[in-house]
Amino acid sequence: MTTTIQVTTPSDREVRVTRKFDAPAPLVFDAHTKPEIVKRWLLGPPGWSMPVCEIDLSVGGRYRYVWHNDSDGREFGIQGQFLEISAPERIVTVETMDGMPGETTVTTTFEDNGPETHFTIVMQFDSKQTRDAALETGMTDGMGMSYDRLQDLINHV
Amino acid sequence: MSVIKMKPDSKRLDATFFALSDATRRAILVRLASGEATVNELTESFAISQPAISRHLKVLENAGLIHRSRDAQRRPARVEPKSIGDITAWIERYRDLWETTYQRLDAVLADEFKSRKTK
Repeated sequence: MTTTIQVTTPSDREVRVTRKFDAPAPLVFDAHTKPEIVKRWLLGPPGWSMPVCEIDLSVGGRYRYVWHNDSDGREFGIQGQFLEISAPERIVTVETMDGMPGETTVTTTFEDNGPETHFTIVMQFDSKQTRDAALETGMTDGMGMSYDRLQDLINHV
Repeated sequence: MSVIKMKPDSKRLDATFFALSDATRRAILVRLASGEATVNELTESFAISQPAISRHLKVLENAGLIHRSRDAQRRPARVEPKSIGDITAWIERYRDLWETTYQRLDAVLADEFKSRKTK
């Protein structure tokens, strides 16, 4: 598997993820904003499903995602509100994770580059506490480390 | 999204995020990952002043990302595998999850693209 995703930390309260998609920007934009398409891929880790995916794509409109662990029934959700929408280039939202303090401002950009789209998502946590809660949730042990991976990580500015 | 929890050290993360937020420091870290180096050696490799290199090393050291030996005058710096392991483990975990998700999106996009073209 070729890893094409890049994750960097532009500041101490931000995480930036970038990736290319082999599809035009309007399509990638739709895939992030139309529930019937979002539900097909934003499924979380293996073993999880996405029973709730509601999106009111308008400035001030809200969205709600819930994931369900199919083996033990655990659920996890996020809810957010659209602050800015310029289709098909850019979306800014503010979201909260169920049961977690703080808010995260999420800026997603879809840069049209002919047949492909340069996609960037920047998550800006409102405080270090929010960041730590988010990191804790996404964290797991048992990950090996290698300098190759480190190099990948820090090569991308 | 996973609910497996592992308490990160908040202070350490502050320092690490700060240390990694600078392109020169990331480059220094990459250089040190291939072997220890002194301030002089780093100054030669990077087109910046010796005091600037020293300041960057101090930040990396405070974040626990590198270690500098106390004994010799040269004080070569080297990476601290444990600390780097912690931060890369987190980022790798994050990246793996996103990559799995986006590969699924790749398939959906290909599918949508085909169906739009035939409409």
